[in-house]
Amino acid sequence: MTWSGKHLRIALGVAVVAALIIVPMNFNRYGLYILSQWAVMTIAAMGLNLTLGYAGQVSLAQGAFVGIGAYAAAIMTTQGLPLVAALAVAVALCFAIGWILGYPALRVQHHYLAFVTLAFSTLAFLVFRNEDWLTKGIYGISNIPRPNVMGFATNRPLPFYYFCLGSLGIVSLAMWWLIRSPWGRAFVALRENPVRALSLGIDTRRYTLMAFAIGSALGGVAGTLYAPLTQYIDPVPFNLSLSLDLLMMVIVGGSGFFFGPFLGAAIAVLLPEWLRFTQGYYLMLYAVAVMLLLIYSPTGILGVLNRYLTERRTKAASALRAVAKSRLETAP
Amino acid sequence: MSNLLDLLVAGLATGAIYAIVAVGFTLLWQTSQTINFAQGEFVMLPAFLMLAVMHVGAPFWLAIILGILLSLLLLGLGFKLLLVDPMLRHGVLPLAIATMALAIGIKEAVKQFFSAEASPFPSIVPVGDVSVLGRVVSLQSLGVLALAIAAVIGLTALLNRTSIGHQMQATAQNPTVARIIGVPVERMILLTFLINAFLVALASLLITPIYLAKFSSGEVLGQAAFIAAIVGGFNQVRGAIAGGLLIGVVDNLAAAYVSTQYRAAVPLILLIVIILFRPQGLLGRPEERTV
Repeated sequence: MTWSGKHLRIALGVAVVAALIIVPMNFNRYGLYILSQWAVMTIAAMGLNLTLGYAGQVSLAQGAFVGIGAYAAAIMTTQGLPLVAALAVAVALCFAIGWILGYPALRVQHHYLAFVTLAFSTLAFLVFRNEDWLTKGIYGISNIPRPNVMGFATNRPLPFYYFCLGSLGIVSLAMWWLIRSPWGRAFVALRENPVRALSLGIDTRRYTLMAFAIGSALGGVAGTLYAPLTQYIDPVPFNLSLSLDLLMMVIVGGSGFFFGPFLGAAIAVLLPEWLRFTQGYYLMLYAVAVMLLLIYSPTGILGVLNRYLTERRTKAASALRAVAKSRLETAP
Repeated sequence: MSNLLDLLVAGLATGAIYAIVAVGFTLLWQTSQTINFAQGEFVMLPAFLMLAVMHVGAPFWLAIILGILLSLLLLGLGFKLLLVDPMLRHGVLPLAIATMALAIGIKEAVKQFFSAEASPFPSIVPVGDVSVLGRVVSLQSLGVLALAIAAVIGLTALLNRTSIGHQMQATAQNPTVARIIGVPVERMILLTFLINAFLVALASLLITPIYLAKFSSGEVLGQAAFIAAIVGGFNQVRGAIAGGLLIGVVDNLAAAYVSTQYRAAVPLILLIVIILFRPQGLLGRPEERTV
């Protein structure tokens, strides 16, 4: 990457962040709700991207972790406890369950692992629906309060959106640091070739479990934001289809790319809204769009971009080579 | 245990339908590494195709024939040519995700073009009760069971007794070697897609009269078939059959004797236990890990 390219990237990043802060100021309540949802789902998808994109473990349980986080937040904050306490409980709980769920990953791979996590996801849904004493079953939990952040109430949509965006920012920075740390490199080594990673002295067992646990914990973080966002939760949003949606977000955005989940969540959350003018057809068009994208580029949108940039760079390089060669040949 | 016989027959009947769906699922996996997450929706759709044909006034038998033909065309040929073929070289996971998107697409299309409400569907076996061993058993369950078993026997005979079946098995086991010894591998893969399309159409015909035709009914069915396929052995046709019957019976018994709320959990716990202790399934062959 040349200096100008790096500067360009930083400028682009600053512009996007500024736009995310300034543009929604005159959005209506619904627009802010959708954008907040995008921020929340991005956090959950980032967790899955760590498990899938970096450590190469397929998980169909991310929606269940969002559910666990949401129920922790709903139950604790309606009892008058602060959201921070719920966040701590949710992270600890999801980390522990994620760690345990990682154990099958040590024994089985790929589609088998997908089905173990799928089973867990369905079990979690059944618990949400049937344990009335804890989750109020199908009636759900309503009047979930929104938190006060450093003395500021976030009851209104705009402050709560900033709260979600800020949380996304913090999680992004932590993730950025994580994937550049030796841990992150160990995760990638694990994905690329588990046997070689083992021979390089990477404790593959521990890192597999760790990838699952951290990814799951981020699902819990997203859940603790989801509950105060909707202010009402019941089991339905946390069924298997949320896990499938999150998996689709990661793949469509570009799994293993840092910004993949941001784009994937934007497409999964915003595209159906933009297609709403087509009325009943919007989910159908969304499905077709996803299939066409995957046929064209299985590595997702960032995969297309990456391929394009690499091609352009190779072309530029070979052009330079050609020029140099012709100069050599025409030289007296 | 007054109604154990009833429960067993009903369990075997739904189990046999799961088995049919699971067999199609394993066939696709074996010949083309396709994990079809839309398999449940594949079972849901043919019933609606048949209902659509009946809407324009065709008799039931004609609707069945046209429904099966449309299923072969859309879910067999169309699925292979339009989605699987272009995606196959990209690997298992993107294709699995694409079939998830396909599932959403089929579900939404049915909801939009037909109805969001559940529609009744005529039964191809007579409704009523019959006395077996001094007990009253639902005739529908027996009929479904008989037809499903006939289909499974027919399929295993095709796979094990005919030369086409042997060629298909060779393709499933090792496409490269099969190609070398002169098996038309491409044609065999297409044939498995057509067989899958036929099996889901048959399953649709058998199960829809029991549970009504509804756009969302594929979710439960698909999941039951996945579990059946894994429990029995992902890479074995007979494993899928055994798994299907087992899941059907366990599901029905769990509903009666464990709890109706957690009935869905019982097969899942069975699934987790089996994957942990015998990941290749009860009757499956272990798949080697590649370095």
